[in-house]
Amino acid sequence: MSRLLVCPPDYFDIEYEINPWMRRANTVDHASAVAQWRGLMQVLEQEVGVRLERMSPVPELPDLVFTANAGVVVGRRAVVSRFRYPERQREEAYFEDWFRSAGYDVVTLESEFFFEGAGDLLGFSDCWFGGYRQRSDIRVFPLLSDVFMREIIPLELVDGRFYHLDTCFCPLSGGELLYFPAAFDKDGQEVITERVSDESRLVVPEHEALRFACNAVCVGKQVVLPAGCPETERQLHSRGYRTHSLRLGEFMKSGGSAKCLTLALD
Amino acid sequence: MTTAQETIVLRGHIIDSLILAKVLDLILTMGGSFDLDRVEIGRTREDPSHARIIVKAPTLATLTHILRAIQPHGAVVEQERDCVVRPAPADGVFPDEFYSTTHLPTDVRLSDLWIEVQRVEMDLGIIVDLQHMKARTVPMADVRKGDLIVVGQAGVRVIPMQRPRERDVFAFMEATVSAERPHSHVIADVARRMRMLREERRTGGGPAKVLLAGGPAIIHAGGRDALTWLVEEGFIQVLFCGNALAAHDMEADLYGTSLGYAMNAGHAVPHGHAHHLRTINRIRAIGSIRAAVESGVIERGIMAACIRAGVHVVMAGTIRDDGPLPGVITDSMQAQAAMREAIPGVGLALLVASTLHAVATGNLLPAAVPTVCVDINASVPTKLADRGSFQAVGLVMDAASFLNELARQLGRSL
Repeated sequence: MSRLLVCPPDYFDIEYEINPWMRRANTVDHASAVAQWRGLMQVLEQEVGVRLERMSPVPELPDLVFTANAGVVVGRRAVVSRFRYPERQREEAYFEDWFRSAGYDVVTLESEFFFEGAGDLLGFSDCWFGGYRQRSDIRVFPLLSDVFMREIIPLELVDGRFYHLDTCFCPLSGGELLYFPAAFDKDGQEVITERVSDESRLVVPEHEALRFACNAVCVGKQVVLPAGCPETERQLHSRGYRTHSLRLGEFMKSGGSAKCLTLALD
Repeated sequence: MTTAQETIVLRGHIIDSLILAKVLDLILTMGGSFDLDRVEIGRTREDPSHARIIVKAPTLATLTHILRAIQPHGAVVEQERDCVVRPAPADGVFPDEFYSTTHLPTDVRLSDLWIEVQRVEMDLGIIVDLQHMKARTVPMADVRKGDLIVVGQAGVRVIPMQRPRERDVFAFMEATVSAERPHSHVIADVARRMRMLREERRTGGGPAKVLLAGGPAIIHAGGRDALTWLVEEGFIQVLFCGNALAAHDMEADLYGTSLGYAMNAGHAVPHGHAHHLRTINRIRAIGSIRAAVESGVIERGIMAACIRAGVHVVMAGTIRDDGPLPGVITDSMQAQAAMREAIPGVGLALLVASTLHAVATGNLLPAAVPTVCVDINASVPTKLADRGSFQAVGLVMDAASFLNELARQLGRSL
């Protein structure tokens, strides 16, 4: 059984603009956001069967809800994120506290390196991929490679709308990859085709990528993803995955969806 | 021509991710070039790879653009430190751990700026003038107590050789010595360069001078007329030699002999062994080689041609010199200094049939000067290469054959 770290959206709102999705004029319907978040938790707990670790929300930290950016956890070791924008840097101490109180061996990075956690570091058991240029600094990946003893292949993110790797790249438990190629430069696309076989690459069409089809949570053969991505679901079904599509529109106003709202702990 | 460069390092899984290829591609498409100084590829998938790259650009602005473009891909400018300087403890003594120069272009970093070291030459120290932000090489004997001398390797960078534009025998700039290589194409390349340099000098396009360092075998072997012709035709601007070459050259003019042997008959003439002494004595009586030429006592030959053509002659004495001739510098440190003074502006060096002059001149020359070393004995060019003059092309043949063929290729009719 998997464990995921989540944070209730008590203070979720759009208070600043740090990605192309965020518009301060775009007001969040708070009741609707709470209902969508609870719906996600219910599916995760009751249908997917994961255990949820809830951290306490903090006033004036509206994006603490996006726990995927807390850091990266492998076994008992957690590397805490270093956010690029000051608006989110205030979250670092809370995530670090949570990891420490949960008994993790906490690794912190030099402040000169930006690294936005599982938002920019994803992969398969033998090889990980790191998204860089938009938020994380490529120089952090050799350090993480040393910490976790894994190969990390950096991929340049070239489209501002897909500012974290987890907005356009989703490794699945069976070795398949759900992704939107145009979010990567030519070299990145070439590397992906080299590392993931033709039959394992599931290409998401642009209109569904823009609905965050790739920001999905995969546990075993179940995939939780935003509603409105029928082509993506069809491809997942053809590979034997069961899909759970959910309305998460309030969080998409901030540029996040199902995956951004969770952090895999094991 | 490169005017700006910076060393960068890349680390991580840079090979499989095509990051290395991407960075190199960016450098080229933005108008720069690079030298891959070191690439270490991780042995396993977990091991990161490491690359050290020298990025070069035609202007500092282009270099800055390139560095700005490649830094997001992980290229980090190598940590650079100022050079360390210490005062010389006494006259003629470098501080311990002094940096010993090569003959390659060298920069030192002073107050975060790279300064080009003036007058590069191998086996010297580097003296810095912090007030004027200047650095130059300095021979051990010339250092004065308190002079600031560079110590250690930090803040010193040696610029690798640029391949010359011409694709000739000098293009590879590495010592190649062989008695079995056809000589004619090497000599043809030397001739082509000499013609080009003379043309440049005549049209004011460049000050590059041709230096010839030669031994007396040039006279004995029959190369005197060819060398005289080369000087008269304006192909040579600097001559390094000893007492013997000058003495035998003028002996030939006065007596028709070289070390007592008749130049035209091939046998010793009566009392011929004294001819070179009488020659030296005669010139000493006149006071100088110049006066001997200008008064008409010496009419023909290498020294006469040099005087008339305004060639800069440095004659360095040895312990076994007879006389010596007026103008021979008998203090070897002074001779070294005089030779050193004549080096700036030399664009081609011919070291012909003289072991000690060849090695001494090789030591004084920057690596950027194309050099050819001609000797009948293969050990001379080999010795030159062993002493560090890796750019010298060795030619194993006798001096006269070389000079005659060179003059012929440059248009001298026999």
